[in-house]
Amino acid sequence: MAPLFRMLIAQTLGELRIRWRTPAFSLTNLALPVLFFTFFGLPFARDTYPNGVSVGAYLLASFAAYAVGSVMVYGFGIGVATERGMKVDLLMRATPLPPAIAILAKVLNALAFSLLSVVVLIIYGVIVGGVRQDLTVWIDVTVRLLAGSLPFVALGFAIGYSSGPHVAPALANLIFLPLSFASGLFMPIDRLPGFVQRIAPYLPTYHYGQLAWSAVGAPSEPLLTSLAWLAGYTALFMAVTIRAYRREQSLKFA
Amino acid sequence: MNAHTSPVVEFLDASKRYGQVEALRGVSLAIQPGEIVAMLGPNGAGKTTSISLMLGLRQPTAGQVRLFGLPPTDRRARSRAGVMLQESGTTGVLTVGELVALFGAYYPSPLPTDQAVAMAGLTDKADARVATLSGGQRQRLYFALAICGNPDILFLDEPTVGMDIEARRAFVASIQALAAAGKTVVFTTHYLREAEELARRIVVVDHGRVIADATPRELMSKVAGKRVSFAVARPLPADAFGGLAVSALEVSDSRVRFLTNEPEAVLRALFERGVEIQDLEVAGADLEEAFLSLTRRPERP
Repeated sequence: MAPLFRMLIAQTLGELRIRWRTPAFSLTNLALPVLFFTFFGLPFARDTYPNGVSVGAYLLASFAAYAVGSVMVYGFGIGVATERGMKVDLLMRATPLPPAIAILAKVLNALAFSLLSVVVLIIYGVIVGGVRQDLTVWIDVTVRLLAGSLPFVALGFAIGYSSGPHVAPALANLIFLPLSFASGLFMPIDRLPGFVQRIAPYLPTYHYGQLAWSAVGAPSEPLLTSLAWLAGYTALFMAVTIRAYRREQSLKFA
Repeated sequence: MNAHTSPVVEFLDASKRYGQVEALRGVSLAIQPGEIVAMLGPNGAGKTTSISLMLGLRQPTAGQVRLFGLPPTDRRARSRAGVMLQESGTTGVLTVGELVALFGAYYPSPLPTDQAVAMAGLTDKADARVATLSGGQRQRLYFALAICGNPDILFLDEPTVGMDIEARRAFVASIQALAAAGKTVVFTTHYLREAEELARRIVVVDHGRVIADATPRELMSKVAGKRVSFAVARPLPADAFGGLAVSALEVSDSRVRFLTNEPEAVLRALFERGVEIQDLEVAGADLEEAFLSLTRRPERP
């Protein structure tokens, strides 16, 4: 048998090539956060909140959270639905590649794209927006967002396994964009309508944003509270994924 | 068990049911190393289901299927098998060479990528993206993916669908080369000439059962060895063929055609029953006819 590690490396590199050459994925995920920051963040990038927190850093952290979440939700949601639609999974199932290795390769690939997306955004914010923070702060933001992205990996898989290739993009947008807006990833929560402010603390993106906001020194909930909410949402989305996955497996491979 | 005599593929009274549909009914079958086996049968006979069971893509409802003596889902078994499926897709944005190299990485001792690509006749297209391939080239790509792991057994489900004549000829040559190298090959096909040309053993499947399992020569001698046709001046009596060993009986206008192994006995019986026979032709049946006589239910006029 081929060593699992060799398979994992080959599969991850293959996925990276595939993603990189799919502009709908690569270009969108690299350009959109930068574009959004340009519209919503750049005008205030050099301002400071009364509590001393840099507005630019706060908004960069917000859009970084949006960037990582969208790589996960769109990457897995649309990617898995498309592969299922093209019956790529059928041929892969007949090879010695274990499904767990295939999934792990997808996750590694998504982490790599998330990292790239965040790095591009932060460099843009620093150079064009003149946002100044210690390098350790940016590293902290990045590490927290990558480590806390699991609920969005699970949400992506849930969408990818429960919808077809034509429905998945719409579903991913309809779920993730409102979540991001309502959680203050596009503009601070205190600028949002009152009823949205009351809903926000129940959304996964809100608690995900907290991870990034606390890294730039903004007031935020305790880390354990964020992690508990994110873990709960991970479990919920995993349950949806497993249900949809099992249903599909019993149809295709029983 | 001795490694040299243990079968590569083994069906032990395997059945497969999809809801109410019985796709496979109690099939027992053993394929030995180095055999080239064609699975023939009409659509829906159970050929693709058989392949799916051998690959572990589907699980038998009853009985067992073993690959190299292991459950077909076992990675040790899969690492020795190459596969070409009827309905499967692959990403379009990798090049032919990249995709073949990637699939090769799933196997313990893959062929060099160039060699696998060349054996599939795709050397010119090695740097082309998969999305730009024609239907026939895509079929050859799937063949390259099947052989790139240097497998001991190849499963090919309708491998030549969509190939032009030249591609099919190249494909036949590749299979013969693999056979000469001692590989086991199991393929399904609608092209009976292909089965005759390539296979040393033909397994005929119909309604989920193996109804014949023989060499092409045996198959033709065993069943419906002769094709008989004649004209009749008057309509046939109601049960002219009652109790006679014929199959694939067709009566159109004034011409009667059927397949039989005993043309002399059948014709004698017909004479005795008062059938007036004109313009009699008796010829050896080809594989297609042998196949028809096996898969068609006995008919009565």
